[in-house]
Amino acid sequence: MASNTLQKPVLAIRGLRLAFGDRRHPTPVLHGISMHIRPGEKVALVGESGSGKSVTARLAMGLLQDQKRVHVSGSIFFDGIDAAKGGPEIARRRGNRVAMIFQDPTSALNPTFKIRGQFRDVLRSGDRSISNDEADLRAEAALAEVSIPDPKRALDSYAFQLSGGMNQRVMIAMALANRPQLLIADEPGTALDVTVQAQTLNLMHELTEKTGTSVLLISHNLGVVREFADRVYVIYRGRIVEHGTTAQLFNDPRHPYTRALLAAIPKISGGGLPDLPERSPEFESPLIVHEGCGEPTEAFA
Amino acid sequence: MTGNAPILELDRLGKVFSADGHSVAALDDVSLAFTRGECHAIVGESGSGKTTLANLVLGLIGATSGEIRFDGATLGRSRTREQKRAIQLVQQNPLSALNPRRSVGASIRLPLDVHDLGRRSERDARVASLLQEVGLEPEHARRSPRGLSGGQRQRIAIARALACEPELLVLDEPTSALDVLVQARVLQLLQRLRQERGLTYLFITHDLAVVRAIADRVSVFQKGRLVETGPVETLFSDPKSAYTRELIGAIPVVTEAEAALRAAIRAGAPVPAGAE
Repeated sequence: MASNTLQKPVLAIRGLRLAFGDRRHPTPVLHGISMHIRPGEKVALVGESGSGKSVTARLAMGLLQDQKRVHVSGSIFFDGIDAAKGGPEIARRRGNRVAMIFQDPTSALNPTFKIRGQFRDVLRSGDRSISNDEADLRAEAALAEVSIPDPKRALDSYAFQLSGGMNQRVMIAMALANRPQLLIADEPGTALDVTVQAQTLNLMHELTEKTGTSVLLISHNLGVVREFADRVYVIYRGRIVEHGTTAQLFNDPRHPYTRALLAAIPKISGGGLPDLPERSPEFESPLIVHEGCGEPTEAFA
Repeated sequence: MTGNAPILELDRLGKVFSADGHSVAALDDVSLAFTRGECHAIVGESGSGKTTLANLVLGLIGATSGEIRFDGATLGRSRTREQKRAIQLVQQNPLSALNPRRSVGASIRLPLDVHDLGRRSERDARVASLLQEVGLEPEHARRSPRGLSGGQRQRIAIARALACEPELLVLDEPTSALDVLVQARVLQLLQRLRQERGLTYLFITHDLAVVRAIADRVSVFQKGRLVETGPVETLFSDPKSAYTRELIGAIPVVTEAEAALRAAIRAGAPVPAGAE
């Protein structure tokens, strides 16, 4: 849970800036964002399309830095390294120290290999000496843990032979197979039906509690964030605008942008549609941090 | 508005898709009436048959059994120009619904030319007034849809559908691809247009909160079957089917009031009126 403020953060992002394009005319995407996640914490980064939430996740995984026309400054402390620099250090940690779950599980899995082979690769990235038999046994156990009825059959299937909900379970099982310190979930289940999405979130919650894995949840859906996260960062056009615990943010939203978002969401309890602008200079007002939620000052790395 | 003869009636409508000896009933014996001037939401998860229903109503596919009546007349696959004009579609993704090589103005003008509506010399002025009606500027006519935001593009798709002076709009997840602030504006626009023009909406969505905000009636589909239909208030105060309860129970919510409503529905208790 949250508030274990004495433990060193698993992930600490400091003044992260990102721009795309050539050096003389770069297009800024992130304007210096800072955030942190402590061991076992579930932290959400919530914002609309184009706000910079997914690129933040990709930078934390080291997936953007090595591309052309990408300019990164600031730092991402994770597992004793600065992931903002990209390169082999973070690449080596992907799939075992840090894992990711994507929006559409069926397209995230390789359609040309059976689940069995993909699962072996994942387990091998955590333990190079693992034998095929041993890997298969661990894969079966992992699939049973995510309530896949016939793990052996699932291992012998291609992703396109399984339903979206099944593939999502396979993805979660793979992501957690090496007991990563950090799981990054980018819009998990958004492409799936609501009942399957709810199952996905429950499953993620249950398993990460069990393994003590920290979670960075990337989402545009405030409902999903409220259900899942301990703490929330709201991002708007490349800047964090509000940061608080889930209770603080939903019971007492203070930033004009957060308030607008919460008001604009249709409610199952009714109440009609509010008259709100799509954009407003007010949405760009400075960061609001709720009590007890600042960025830690202790030394990292 | 109630007591009107229905504008659209589905009478024991069925659609079976078959291939390689397998057949699937995408829509199974569905009878439903749509009252003129109402927003009637069709809700269900993937595979529930909601898109098949839309395609049948639009005449894009033919029914296997049963009948569709519009304004009392039977609608088959071959339709008169007038019948085609009266039912228009707004899709989920406006970028793929609009031709990127055609200007916004040309896209909206095309249905006017096809259906030969109004005088030729007045059609550009008509395009300008349609753009204003959906909250855009006449100058947008010269732009390409590529350079516009998702919300602006959806407004253009709506303007194009309105160009035909339709009576029924089939809205297939019209705001699911939009950000919440943009979604709220587009839903407001749809609400206003329905009132001003007396339109009837067949509103397909998977989002029950959107249904609550915009619909008068709602029909819930599961695997091609109609499981529940009724006024929107009843669906949220006392859902009859277990499947509807399951759907409402799975919605991620943002307020305490919503969480309380959802908890009551999960528990199977009717929600007292005014307990919002």
